Amino acid sequence: MILSDLAPLMPFIIIAASPVIIMLALSFCRSCVLAYVLTLCGIVASLISLFVISPLVPRRITPILLVDGYALCFLGLILAASFVTAVLSYDYFKDRKGNPEEYYILLLLAVLGSSVLVASSHFASFFLGLEVLSVSLYALIGYTRNELSIEAGVKYLVLAATSAAFLLFGIALLYGEAGTMDFSLLGPRLLSGSVNSFVVVTGLAMVVVGIGFKLAVAPFHMWTADVYEGAPAPVTAFVATVSKGAMFALLLRYSVKVEMHAQSSLFAAFAVIAILSMFTGNLLALLQDNVKRILAYSSIAHLGYLLVAFLSSGPMRVTAVTFYLVAYFITTLGAFGVVTVLSGKERDADAMDDYRGLAKHRPWLAGIFSAMLFSLAGIPLTAGFIGKFYIIAAGIGSALWLLVITLVINSAIGLFYYLRIIVAMYSCTAGEAEALPSLSLRGGLMLAFLTVLLIWLGIYPGPLLQTISFMTGGSL
Amino acid sequence: MILILLILIPFAGGLLSWLLSRWSDKWPRWLSLVAVGLDLALAFSLWIGHRSSLYFIGKETWIAEVKIKWIPGLGIGFHLAMDGLSLLMVMLTAFLGIMSVAASWTEIRERVGFFHFNLMWSLAGIVGVFLSLDLFLFYFFWELMLVPMYFLIALWGHERRIYAAVKFFIFTQLSGLLMLASILGLYFAHGQSTGTFTFDYEQLLGTTMSSTKALFLMLGFVIAFLVKLPAVPFHTWLPDAHTEAPTAGSVILAGLLLKTGAYGLLRFAVPLFPGTASDFSNIAMVLGVAGILYGAMLAFAQRDFKRLVAYTSVSHMGFVLLGIFAGNALALQGAVIQIICHGVSTGALFIIVGALQERIHSRDLEKMGGLWTVAPRIGGAGLFFALASLGLPGLGNFVGEFLVLAGAYAVNPGLTVVATVGLVAATLYSLWMVQGAFFGPRKEGPKVPDFGAREMSVVLLMMAVIVWIGIYPRPIIKAATRTVNTLRQTVGPVQSNKKATQPSSPGGNYDPQ
Repeated sequence: MILSDLAPLMPFIIIAASPVIIMLALSFCRSCVLAYVLTLCGIVASLISLFVISPLVPRRITPILLVDGYALCFLGLILAASFVTAVLSYDYFKDRKGNPEEYYILLLLAVLGSSVLVASSHFASFFLGLEVLSVSLYALIGYTRNELSIEAGVKYLVLAATSAAFLLFGIALLYGEAGTMDFSLLGPRLLSGSVNSFVVVTGLAMVVVGIGFKLAVAPFHMWTADVYEGAPAPVTAFVATVSKGAMFALLLRYSVKVEMHAQSSLFAAFAVIAILSMFTGNLLALLQDNVKRILAYSSIAHLGYLLVAFLSSGPMRVTAVTFYLVAYFITTLGAFGVVTVLSGKERDADAMDDYRGLAKHRPWLAGIFSAMLFSLAGIPLTAGFIGKFYIIAAGIGSALWLLVITLVINSAIGLFYYLRIIVAMYSCTAGEAEALPSLSLRGGLMLAFLTVLLIWLGIYPGPLLQTISFMTGGSL
Repeated sequence: MILILLILIPFAGGLLSWLLSRWSDKWPRWLSLVAVGLDLALAFSLWIGHRSSLYFIGKETWIAEVKIKWIPGLGIGFHLAMDGLSLLMVMLTAFLGIMSVAASWTEIRERVGFFHFNLMWSLAGIVGVFLSLDLFLFYFFWELMLVPMYFLIALWGHERRIYAAVKFFIFTQLSGLLMLASILGLYFAHGQSTGTFTFDYEQLLGTTMSSTKALFLMLGFVIAFLVKLPAVPFHTWLPDAHTEAPTAGSVILAGLLLKTGAYGLLRFAVPLFPGTASDFSNIAMVLGVAGILYGAMLAFAQRDFKRLVAYTSVSHMGFVLLGIFAGNALALQGAVIQIICHGVSTGALFIIVGALQERIHSRDLEKMGGLWTVAPRIGGAGLFFALASLGLPGLGNFVGEFLVLAGAYAVNPGLTVVATVGLVAATLYSLWMVQGAFFGPRKEGPKVPDFGAREMSVVLLMMAVIVWIGIYPRPIIKAATRTVNTLRQTVGPVQSNKKATQPSSPGGNYDPQ
């Protein structure tokens, strides 16, 4: 590693330095506003640095990090999502008991972990990033320290630790056979025939378990609903978007480098996971009455949809995955954003009754939430429609008929529970207008911005699609 | 440009209605009326301007066309175009749009702004469906018109509105997704055989592919359209949705949404897969006849006035399906006329039922009876449209059904004879309906105010259209001629082994005049 390698690492360095600066600043002046502002500055500085370093990529810095267009693309997505999360968090935590200052430090550490994940092309950086992300998330999920929140945190801790153990074991097995932890060297060696295929398959399976847990795809989804329900709403938004998105980006890169399509067992495993996730997510969501849990199960289904694009091949694949992730990020942040701004001091607004008649008292908020839910359902004028269209296109382009048909059926099932929430919002139960928490300008503007973005991408996705294929085209 | 305006005006009108509704409930009503009125005026001016070129077979296929790049990376363009068929459909849309705004003038009292927003947006989506020539754009509008329709049913509907709305949405959404899969299948089939990946309709015409692939892709389209139409095994959403929707919703559902299915068959399913479609035509015709009889039978069994009218739709749309797949000029012209007349006459019946429900708060035929004496205008209108619906000569529906049957007879006489039984059944249920509602002893007593000036002018306008088409259908036939001829040429094999029924010069000489 030489000095000139530091420049492409700038986004990482800024994100790593921010928590340190915040900690130092807090020791002089303990203020929630200060921590919040510094966090936003750190994220924005890191975002700006992406543009500064974009002429320098692709560049491999030490064997473990690869900063290329693909990584920059996802870094931008992660940082933008973290910005939204931070803004939403401020309103959520500012009136609550406890110390909201440290929250931002943990949040930035989680962002750092996810950033490392998207730039990693080596098992070492993969595991490093994963652990930094997970450890921060344990604390973040339990941050409000009420019963549900603690339960969720502990549940996540136990399961994440177990899955990390699986992952490590798997990595060790693969390393034992292939003699390398670098993704791009791993593929050819695993396919070379000089390896013990039983050990390799076991190793790959264990890695899949580790990844599958983080992505919350069936059958590794058990934690999702409880964690989504128990975690503070902005943290839920973060878990649903940044943590899963970063992991998916890594999975995509990994699959390209190790030539996953050449390994039929891996392909079959992911196909089964995709189908299971779609059905499990959608069918279980039908049974829920809690909005956060509905969104949790719907996210399981959405990861299943993403896997359809992931399993396709050809030029549409990476673009489809990336665009869908962008749409999913906007939608999920928007949906949990609505939950966040509706949440009172005592509890999160997650019961169906909290939304009944919302359109009467808060027409704009109801409109925004409807837009987000329509996007999740894949209705035109929203980014979710283009995303779903792209996934189906990628699937049909690779003749994955079974997966596409499953997706189609599941989209129809999914409508039931999205429509349930929407109908509840617009139903005319003469509402005893409970004191709804007042909507801050900050949160309102953020949600309005997300909605505009959602509709803009739904009507005119061309520029973003071009950017995505330009950024990710050469590097994978 | 004028095509974009046709779509944009209702969109903008809907948005404005919603925004201005906070000041007064009057604003959305008048704004929507002006918006659809403008649309009708625009479409009418197009018709006047292109009267002669619609008829003669010139070089260019379209009256007006817009082609803008949209997502060039995928070969998606913003391609709108209008020919005689789409012109007729757009005019029907705008006409029924005016009627439904007028019909809900006093019925809708809650959230008036949002109601008109949804009404206008579903109309805009429907106009978009009738105009788009890019398959992606078509699917876009196809899905877009559903959401406002869903809200119309779910928010302003009757007792079981949520159930009906969800059922409607899921039926159409699932079938729509199947169509999307077919659209993409076609897209890739075309791309692989020619190297250009595009969603453009004109380029996708004549894509070569294996016959099994063509069959599956066509089924995706056909199922989506048959669900909308609806043809018999897929019709179960219709009675619920029609019954529970508010009056304007029912008018749009019956008058326009069902027609998008017929239009889709005429514009997309048949021309894109000509050979497969003609292989499929026997099954489709059987489904059509089954719809005619089954719909009529179920209509006869209803006590609920609105549900009865809903089932007559199934029966009447069976004629459309029969006509489309009979495939000769006579039958196709009949299908087009039936589409328009059914839209107007059933729309009018729904307006009458809606008016009755507003007055006596019931749709139960057993509770009605004797209404003629207290409300002769409602009774007269009801009788008129019941007669139209049973196919009385001189009224538009007769022309449509007659042409369909005459055309289908040349292709499949046996089936046509069976279909004719549907006309008898239509007489039964129509007269039974009039008898139940308007004649007989007066059952119970609240005063029933008769139609006022607004409702009377709505009904009179619709009557005028039906009578006009019944007596002088030539303008409609002329407008549709060129579309029908192109269609007839693509589905040639259907009638190749039958007696030729095509006239040598298209248009005039099978005019019932």
